[in-house]
Amino acid sequence: MDLNLYKRRRLTNQVGLTLSMFAMALGLFVLLWILFVLFKNGLQSIDWAMFTQSTPAPGSEGGGLANAIVGSLMIVVTTALVSTPIGILAGVYLAEYGDQSKIAGVTRFVTDIMLSAPSIVLGLFVYAIWVAQAKHFSGWAGSMALSLIAIPVIVRTTENMLRLVPGSLREAAFALGAPRWKVATLITLRAAQTGVITGLLLALARISGETAPLLFTALNNQFFSLDMNAPMANLPVVIFQFAMSPYDNWVRLAWGGALLITLTVLFLNILARVFFRDKVQS
Amino acid sequence: MSQPAETPILSAGARLAVAKRQQLQDKFFHALTLGFSLLVLVALMGILVSLVVNAWPALQKFGVGFIWRVEWDIINQEFGAAIAIFGTVVSACIALLIAVPLSFGIAVFLTETCPVALRRPLGTAIELLAAVPSIIYGMFGLFVFAPLFAEYGQPALQSTLGQMPIFSSLFGGAMNGIGILAAGIVLAFMILPFIAAVMRDVFEIVPPVLRESAYGIGCSTWEVVRNIVLPYTQKGVIGGVMLGLGRALGETMAVTFVIGNSQRLGSSLFSPGTSIASTLANEFGEADDFHLSTLFALGFLLFVITFVVLSLAKWMTVRSEKSKGAKT
Amino acid sequence: MPTTPIVAEKTAIEVSNLNFFYGTFKGLKDINLNIAEHKVTAFIGPSGCGKSTLLRTFNRMYSLYPGQRAEGQIKLYGQDILDPGQDLNLLRARVGMVFQKPTPFPMSIYDNIAFGVRLYENLNRSDMDDRVEWALSKAAIWNEVKDKLGQSGLSLSGGQQQRLCIARGIAVKPSVLLLDEPTSALDPISTGKVEELISTLKNEYTVVIVTHNMQQAARVSDYTAYMYLGELIEFGQTEAIFMKPNRQETEDYITGRFG
Repeated sequence: MDLNLYKRRRLTNQVGLTLSMFAMALGLFVLLWILFVLFKNGLQSIDWAMFTQSTPAPGSEGGGLANAIVGSLMIVVTTALVSTPIGILAGVYLAEYGDQSKIAGVTRFVTDIMLSAPSIVLGLFVYAIWVAQAKHFSGWAGSMALSLIAIPVIVRTTENMLRLVPGSLREAAFALGAPRWKVATLITLRAAQTGVITGLLLALARISGETAPLLFTALNNQFFSLDMNAPMANLPVVIFQFAMSPYDNWVRLAWGGALLITLTVLFLNILARVFFRDKVQS
Repeated sequence: MSQPAETPILSAGARLAVAKRQQLQDKFFHALTLGFSLLVLVALMGILVSLVVNAWPALQKFGVGFIWRVEWDIINQEFGAAIAIFGTVVSACIALLIAVPLSFGIAVFLTETCPVALRRPLGTAIELLAAVPSIIYGMFGLFVFAPLFAEYGQPALQSTLGQMPIFSSLFGGAMNGIGILAAGIVLAFMILPFIAAVMRDVFEIVPPVLRESAYGIGCSTWEVVRNIVLPYTQKGVIGGVMLGLGRALGETMAVTFVIGNSQRLGSSLFSPGTSIASTLANEFGEADDFHLSTLFALGFLLFVITFVVLSLAKWMTVRSEKSKGAKT
Repeated sequence: MPTTPIVAEKTAIEVSNLNFFYGTFKGLKDINLNIAEHKVTAFIGPSGCGKSTLLRTFNRMYSLYPGQRAEGQIKLYGQDILDPGQDLNLLRARVGMVFQKPTPFPMSIYDNIAFGVRLYENLNRSDMDDRVEWALSKAAIWNEVKDKLGQSGLSLSGGQQQRLCIARGIAVKPSVLLLDEPTSALDPISTGKVEELISTLKNEYTVVIVTHNMQQAARVSDYTAYMYLGELIEFGQTEAIFMKPNRQETEDYITGRFG
């Protein structure tokens, strides 16, 4: 045995593995650092005022994020209501009819592209076909832009989850004489429901933090408003505006908003992963 | 319990009626689900069409040369995409250069060296990092990273690499913590967890039998990774990297905060610049008609670039799965 | 030439010149066979002989998969089910199937049974309760589940799940019941219970069972068909097939010269 060769191999191995451990440590460090900074700066601004007062005018003191929080909630809920049925049913199509259809292959390909498409371009698109036509920004347009992001996510996860359902379960339902639509919904979709819900949660988490598409659609609103048919205040755009501004209270509020969004997103993600894992293991 | 002969069973005629109704229901359901899944196709077509239509005035005026024209004069309405494209591509490439090796290291750690009990929590930590919205990375970049970079990072680079003849111009100029390099680094933070998660998923699919055969002839862990895992997952890895590239190219918030937002083509990596997404985000609010059409032209270019990159990524992952015999 | 039994019984299923294709591969070659009403017929043979394929033509389960097709004639009580105009859902409501792997639906035990019934019948609550109880009793599982009808079907053991699937199959009162290796995934005790069940079922149903377990075929069936590589080698009364087979191939298989 060539001892030198062996020593060299061992050294390479140790160096390689140490470097990889280092990379992991770096990754963890970045995560913790970001979270630390976020909490440190954001917690300062979490107070009662943040939830009850609306965004302050430039230069004025105090203020809160109430209008942005409510606005974001409304936009996200609308998006969820719109994209869930569309996404799930499209996913059902790809899983249940997809093998017999050529167009399914193209749709799947396009869906995957849209999954990672630049969200700012989606915002431009909705601006062109909706906002420019209606001649005003609106919460509805914002929802539409976010739906364009959420739907591909939901379609893909739904299809993947449905494909995991064993074919024998479908056959058992067909064997009773059940029509295709009942097999797809009452049996297959139901069997996959945990995974599908996880996909919904992950899609929601993804759109909760999206800023760029809202810039051209919902824009922002300094005041408290429940009117979806007008510019709508929302957390991400507020953060964007406030963070790069020269006003201290604006920057402070930006951190508070950033913390809120991050907590929501992390919560949804953890819920999805824990929820899913528990159900799968039972 | 005896046979309930009394329980009414539908007559043959009634059953036939049920069957016919079911056929109609099935047809409707098929049409409904097909329609919804076509929506995605329609959306894509719509995006391309509306982008081109709205960009037309600008495209018409500048022609194909728009792509490499170095000019951004709002007052005189003379525009060119080169500055934005440069910023987009360079920052994305910097991000990849940093993120890919680190992601690889993380993926290797998670699949080979990490103690089994820690694998799930650490893996989840990486996935959570990937879920953090990009605007957070932008804020982190502006408020935390940029000052540190200006005080420690940039001087260090300038005094080492900047002293070498080839690199001196790359690391020259004012050191205020922002610029193309800063944007690239923040972008790297952002796509790192994403690529790491994809690589880890791909590494985990390698059949244990393959690994075991390599260990069986005395390979070290590193050699197993280099000679077995990596070749086996090659296409999937490349696909994942290209996905990360696609994300980096289209990213707005993480970049806009630190790229400097200046429509100038600087020679140094420290100089401020702009990306397509940042230009759109910053100038959209006050753009007049022609300016707006130019922005649409930029958006169209970005969409085409990312479409091509993502298609390549998809093609590679499909080929990778096919060669393993999986049904795609 | 396969032996045809001397029968005075009515024929439930009449198979004539049946050929089956998986794409270009011929899975069944010129099958001619009569399934007697209210009897248990078993299909036996080594792996890949086509017994499951043949079974699945009886409820046209193969129609779910493009690329699989059948040519010839299969008459269910005189009606050709290979006819393109045949409504598949109606057919499957008349011809039930139980699979090798227990497949309880993701719903309560009660709903598992009720699901099939609700497809074609409009029963009020108490009639449905009766039907559910009847089906579960017939499947010899009523006593074990009567107190937990609301629990998920997935909470039962493997053997119980399979009896649940059988109950589900009979609840809709089919004319024919197809069993595709129903006990191969079960332990011996559950297998015994299911075999007892099959013997009682034939009073009201025509049963066709595919099994790779010859002893099981000998135990439960009245008629047996031996198949090999897509062909029907021999068909006759079970006793005759097992005691005095006409064909050498049959004898070889039965005596275990190959498997």
